[in-house]
Parts: sequence; C-alpha cells; structure tokens
Amino acid sequence: MNLSNYLLMKPELSLIAVFLLLIFYDLFASDNAKKYYFPIACLLFLVHTVYCFFINKDVLTTFGGMYVTGAAQITMKCVLNIGVFLIFLQANEWLKKPESIFKRGEFFMLTILTLLGMYLMISSGSFMIFYIGLEMASLPVAALVAFDKYKNNSAEAGAKYIFNAIFSSAIMVFGISFLYGACGTLYFDDMFQSIYSSPLIIMAMIFFLSGLFFKISLVPFHLWAPDVYQGAPTNVTLYLSTISKGAAVFALMIILYKVFPALAGVWQPIIWILILLTITIGNLFALRQKNLKRLLAFSSISQAGYIMLSVFSGSSAGMAATIFYVFVYVFSNLAAFGVISAIENKTGKVNMDDYNGLYLTNPKLALVMMISMFSLGGIPFTAGFFSKLFVFMAAMESGNPWNTVLVFLALVNTVVSLYYYLLVVKAMFINKNNSPIETLNTDSYLKISLVASVVGIFCIGVINCFYDYINTVSFGF
Amino acid sequence: MNILSLFVLIPVLMLIAFLFCKNIKQVRTVAVIGTAIELIFSVVFLFMFLGAREADPSSAMLFQYDVVWFKALNIHYAVGVDGISVLMLLLTAIIMFTGVFASWNMDPLPKDFFMWLTLLAVGVYGFFISLDMFTMFFFYEIALIPMYLLIGLWGTGKKEYSAMKLTLMLMGGSAFLLVGIFGIYFNSSVTGEYTFNILQIAQNSAIPVEAQRWIFPLTFLGFGVLGALFPFHTWSPDGHASAPTAVSMLHAGVLMKLGGYGCFRIAMHLLPQAANELSWIFLILTGISVVYGAFGAIAQNDLKYINAYSSVSHCGLVLFAILMMNNTATTGAIMQMLSHGLMTALFFALIGMIYGRTHTRDIRQLGGLMKIMPFLSVCYVIAGLASLGLPGLSGFVAEMTIFVGSFQHQDMFHRVLTVMACSSIVITAVYILKVVGKILYGPVVDDHHLELTDAVWYEKVAVVGLVLSVAGVGLFPGWISNLIHTCLH
Repeated sequence: MNLSNYLLMKPELSLIAVFLLLIFYDLFASDNAKKYYFPIACLLFLVHTVYCFFINKDVLTTFGGMYVTGAAQITMKCVLNIGVFLIFLQANEWLKKPESIFKRGEFFMLTILTLLGMYLMISSGSFMIFYIGLEMASLPVAALVAFDKYKNNSAEAGAKYIFNAIFSSAIMVFGISFLYGACGTLYFDDMFQSIYSSPLIIMAMIFFLSGLFFKISLVPFHLWAPDVYQGAPTNVTLYLSTISKGAAVFALMIILYKVFPALAGVWQPIIWILILLTITIGNLFALRQKNLKRLLAFSSISQAGYIMLSVFSGSSAGMAATIFYVFVYVFSNLAAFGVISAIENKTGKVNMDDYNGLYLTNPKLALVMMISMFSLGGIPFTAGFFSKLFVFMAAMESGNPWNTVLVFLALVNTVVSLYYYLLVVKAMFINKNNSPIETLNTDSYLKISLVASVVGIFCIGVINCFYDYINTVSFGF
Repeated sequence: MNILSLFVLIPVLMLIAFLFCKNIKQVRTVAVIGTAIELIFSVVFLFMFLGAREADPSSAMLFQYDVVWFKALNIHYAVGVDGISVLMLLLTAIIMFTGVFASWNMDPLPKDFFMWLTLLAVGVYGFFISLDMFTMFFFYEIALIPMYLLIGLWGTGKKEYSAMKLTLMLMGGSAFLLVGIFGIYFNSSVTGEYTFNILQIAQNSAIPVEAQRWIFPLTFLGFGVLGALFPFHTWSPDGHASAPTAVSMLHAGVLMKLGGYGCFRIAMHLLPQAANELSWIFLILTGISVVYGAFGAIAQNDLKYINAYSSVSHCGLVLFAILMMNNTATTGAIMQMLSHGLMTALFFALIGMIYGRTHTRDIRQLGGLMKIMPFLSVCYVIAGLASLGLPGLSGFVAEMTIFVGSFQHQDMFHRVLTVMACSSIVITAVYILKVVGKILYGPVVDDHHLELTDAVWYEKVAVVGLVLSVAGVGLFPGWISNLIHTCLH
C-alpha cells in the first residue's frame, strides 16, 4: 500500500481536491470574498471535468483488485461530470435566494460527495467498494432532496427518499451476503469464476438486483420516484433523474457483465418483463399529469426502461448504446428542467396550463423546451433519435424473436410518450392564454447551461465521433 | 460533396436565411428565391440525369455518393437517384414553389410557418435521394414532425385534434416500419457484415423467406399508413381538412407519395418472395381504399374533405398498382404518384383561395363562382377533369396504365379486383361533376359573394404553374414513362 496505489485513482483524487478547496473556501473566506463563490465553484469543477478527459485510459487495478479503472469507466465518469457541471450552472438562481444563499456551499459539497460515491460504484472491483460507493451516493442525496426544508414537499420528499434508500440498501446487502456465503469472495473476478446456477445464488442475485432497481426506479420499484421528484428542488430532481440514475445504470451494467454472465438466462427474462412494465406504466401515468415536474418524473421512469433495453443484450454494442443513451438523456433532461427551473424560480409556476402561450412571451425558452421534448421523444435532428435507435438495434442484435417483440412494444410506447411530449409543445405554441407568463430575464449561468444543452442535443447525434468513441471503449461478455 | 446533397442543402440554407428575416417581405423573398433555385436546379438536374443515363444505361442508381456515418453499425450517408426519384424530386420542387405563392399572406407568425414548411421539405428531399435505409428513415421522421405544428398552429377547424391524430398515427406507422427496417438489416447478409444499403441488400438477397414473411407486412403497413392504406387512412381526411393551404398541398401532393415510394423501394423491392405470397391481403385492403375513398368523397359537403377522400382513393390506387408487381402497372403507379401529386396540390391551392374569399368550404353555401371568379373556376374545372381522368390531362395516362397493367394478370382474383377498382373512375366522375356543377355553375347562393374578386398575381403564379404541369404530364407522357420504365427490372 504505497502512494502509487492512490495515484491510479486520478478522477477521485481530483474530485476530492475540488471538494477540499471548496470546503476551505467556504469556511475561511470573508463574506466579501464569498461573492465569487458560485463562479469559482463552477470553474473548479470545470477544471476537474476537463482534466478527466485527459486521464490515462489503460485498464489498471489497484488495492488488490478492489478498484478497477479503464477506458469505459473513465468515459462514464466524464459523462457524469459534464452533466453535473451543467446542473451546477443551472443552480445559481435558486441558490441566490435569501433562504438558501447561506447554505450554498453545502449544495456543492453534498453533490460532489455523491458524485464521488458514484465514481466508486463505477470503478468497483469488489462488492465492498461498491456498497461503500452506493451509500455515499445515496445518503447525501437525501439531504439534498430536503434542501428546501421550509417547504413541506421538500422535507416530505427527503424522508421518503431516505426510507426507500435505506430499505433498498438493506435488501441489496442481504443479497450480497448470500453471494458471499455461496462464493466465498466479494471480488468480482473471483465471483465470476465460482458462480453457477443454484437456487441460492439466483435468489441472492435477485435480492441484489432489486436493490439496484430501486435506484434506477424500474417498475415495480418506482413508487418513491414521482413524489420525490416533485417535492425536491428542481435542480436536485434533475440530479436524481439523470446523474444518479445514469450512475446506477452504469454500475448495474458493469456488474451484470462482469459477475453474472453465467446467469444471463435468469436475469435476461426478468429484465425483459421489467422493461416492458417500466416503459408502459411510466408512459401511462405520465399521460395524465398536469404538473410538469411530475410529468417528467414519469417520463424519466419510462426512459429508464429504454436504457435497460440496451443493458440486457449483454453485448459491446449494448454497452455503447447505454452510455450514449445516458449521455444524450443528460442533455435532453437538462434542457427541459432548465426551462422549468427558470420559470419556477421567477414565477413559481410548474403546471402545464401555466405554460399556455409561452412561445409568444418567451420564445427562446419555449424553443429550448420543444427541442428537449423532441429529443426525449426521439424525433430526428435531435440526439434522442439516434440514441433510441442505437438502443433498439442493440436489443435486436441477438436475433432472439422475443427481443424483437420487446423492441416493437417499446416503439409503440414511444408513440404514447410522444403524445404527452407533444402536449407540452401544444401548450406552449398552440394554446391561447389570457395571462401568459411575462417575458422573463433568465439568469446568465442558466443561459449558458441551456445553450450548451441545446448544442449538445443537436450535435451529439448527427456528428458521429461521440458514438464512435464510446463504441471503442465498450466491452461485452 | 455530391451534387445530390444540394437538394437538402438548399432548404437548410433557406432555414438559416429565415433566421435573419425581420418582416414578412423578407420572409417571402427568401422563400421565393430559395424554392425557385430549387425548382430550377431540379429541372437542370433532370437533364443532367438524362445525359448521365445515356452514358451509363446499366447501373441501377446514378450520381451515387457514399460516406460512412456510424462505422460500428455500418450506417452510411448514401445517396443516389434513378428515374423515379428524379421525378419525385421534381414534383416536390414544383409543389414547394407553388406552395409558397399559395401561402403569400400567412398570418400569424409567417416566419415560423415558412421555417417549418422548409424543414418539411428537407425531410422530403432527403428521403427521395437516400439509398441507405437509416438515412431514409431519418429524413422520413423529419418530414413527419413539422406537420404537428403546421396544422396545430396555422390550421382551421378542429385543428388540434387533427394535428395530434395525424402525428400519432403516422408515428405509429413508423414504429411498424422501424421494426421492419431492423429486421431487414439483421438479415441483410449471411457473413455478419450487416448493411442498410438498399442496393447491397438487393444484391445479396440473403433475407430468408421465413424472415420476409414477418418483415414484409410490417414494412408495407408502416409505409402504407402514410399512403392512406385502409383502415389506417383516417388521419388523412381530418389532417388535410384542417391544414393550411400550402401544407395540404405539400402533404397530399408529396408526403403521401413517401408512402408509395417507400413501399415500392423497400417492401416490394427487397422482400420479393414475401411480397409475392402476401400481396393478396394488401390488394384487398388497397382495393377497399380505392372504392371506399371515392364513395366517402361523394358523401362529404366540405370541399377539403371531398378532396381528402379523393386522395385516399387515388393513393390507394398507387399502392394497388405497386402490388400488381408487373412493369406496366408499376409504371402506372409512379405516374399516378406524379399526376395525383400535381392535381391534388392544384385542388388544395384552389380550395384555399376560394375559402380565403368566401370563408366557407361547404358546397351548400357556394354557387355560381364561375361568374364571380372565372379564372379560379376554370382552373378548378381543369383540376376536376384531370382527377376524373380526361384524356390529355395527367390522370388519364396514369390510371389507364395502371388498369392495363393490372388486367395483364390471368387469374380471376386480380381481374375481379381490377374491375372493382375501375369502378372508382365512375364514382370519381360523380363527385367531381357534382361539386363543379354546384359551386361553379349553380345559382349564386350568397349575395355577398358577388363582391369578391378573382385571383391576384401571386395566386395566378401558383395555379398556372400547377395547371401547366398537369397538362404537361398528360400531353407528353412518353418520356416520363420511358424514364420510369428504364429503372424497373
């Protein structure tokens, strides 16, 4: 155990450095110097994000195989970094409010801590590290959800989240303990060799996966999601629905590929059914929502189903499609929630009816919202079209007729989802309103974030280098 | 950079130019210049194509260009044209050009209207030049989604309902289609090097018959929804009736042709065995479309609904002829696409102009328009005669070819269906003459109509352009059918 072991964990170290700098800055700077807290925090994180692109991408392990890094892991971390950076930019207006400005630092620190946990989940080579990462990634989020604690909704959502998080962790640890008992090891590589199809191991795997499905909010483990998404501050909802979900999917995929290939015959049918349930139920519930945050909560449940569509194929193309889908999904969701938070922060309105006639008063916000809706619905020119198609192709690759059926049902569901995405577009562009939302002057950081998201939505799909790169780093089993 | 890509590039440049427009005059200028360039270019391109075809009579597609897009999945941006695509490109350019003049006084938000319309054109042009199914589907979807806002925002009547219905039904169709396309892709090669390229797939012809049996219905249905295949045609009457003039023109004139073109290019061309086995199901469905659409048109009182149902009937005839699977009928199908596209665009343009003056499309409230607006009325008669297949106009050539081709089949089934489809000509005559007699020659119903004026210059440009094209197809069908014939094998 020497220094070189630690030096392999470059993304984590860099993140910890950002974390410490921010803590000291928050503790010791004078009030006057703290005026620049927000831009400096964003800048530091941007430096970290850029640095992560240039880290050595060789496959390396350290701490006796507990920590694994490689091109795939670093790419996943970069995807998460970009998302978190844009979320930070969107948070300025909300954090500027008098009731949250004094705890502005906490927002950054808690978020960075959870991100560190997600890094560990992705890079874990053993269930021990994985579990530590998972806890690190979920407990601070509960504090974030309850950040606006003076609001009933937010506090309630925080309580709901923490109970569910603990419950799912408990189930997962239960599964892991059985796996340890059956295999005698917690290391992924050793477990891969000693795993075989026995009732005990299958039960343990199902417990383990259930815990993780809570995080990804697959139906029937989704019941916490809508309330928490609606109650949490919009920026935290965004964090939960994109970054937290994306990290959980990445971790799940790595574990399924590294530990459980031998049981693919068991988990593939399970996930097949869950995908169908998730997509359908998410969509059907979203149809009736009037509150935009709740609508997007259900939409993000159904999106999780689409992500899983590529996970369960188990091929390298599947991993590429998953990373690409999450990457695109981060941008689409960021644009949508960015508009919602811009309007919510200024006027407090989040209902679809309030958005009637938005195009006439705030054309730019309406256009951004429309583009993000199109991207979520998979309409071309936007990256959402490509990510959906790649996911479907990955799922159909095996030639299994059941997968073809699933892809067909998922496609029918995209039509259903298009209906409610178009309802939002209709509200903004077609519906008349006597008292529309007045022309808003959007915060400049938020503007940067929205512009970045829209550029991302247009470029990531049409320009091929992103997918090609992701494809080179992916692996299958 | 390939010359074909210009077809897509010009509308994209138009979109950028629209961004800088400040008022409706600048918007009109950009729209007219852009579509005029595109029209001139497509005419010039037609002659270039004829020259190139003479030099190289053997290859299936000319002006080919191929660049890898997503290497790992073997997705290419591959373009190329044969005689059929060239005609479709020309059709699109004519209708876009006249459509701009037909929507001269767009209100509200003219800039947005023309931007969405141009985006629609990007999709259509791209679709007709694509050789790669992925690229084709990409452009196909681009052409579908602007319809929602074009109808929902600038339409009339129950526009929101129609817009949503149209969009969701067409997207539902594309869900079928996409599974079909993936099915073709994953069976496209025995060696594992899958491809989306239509020419390569046809050359490999590796798709096993069992796979074709499930892929063919999905693909044909997927495109058929856009081609108004019974019972999936219900979006068409509502959508066309609610859409603003230029959108009706473009949609009935060009977009519905995407369905026929796709069925021909992908479903029939790439899955020949299954097409042979299963064509009877779709022949029955399209037969119903043809007859039912015509009867539907008789029952309607709204001018746009009449035309929309007539489109169902005529587009049904396109699919009907394609399913006959012989060269004569297929030539007729392509000519019918061209003829119906021009004629129906002319109809919708005229209806839009009449509606703009009288503010009603109900034939019971219209009468004696021949005295009030003779120019528009004469053109309406011409369109009507083209629609019921008068020799010398486009409809006759197309339908004649289709029925002659269909009757070449020796068996009872095909001949009975052909005779039934022929009956639609008579029914078409009924509703066309009924409308013409009532609204043009009958007594003036509303005295306020006497104050109305005839067409102004920009309307005349639109109408004359279309009338000339309709007559052109009708009077000189030979070179068109030669052009089509050379690309059928």
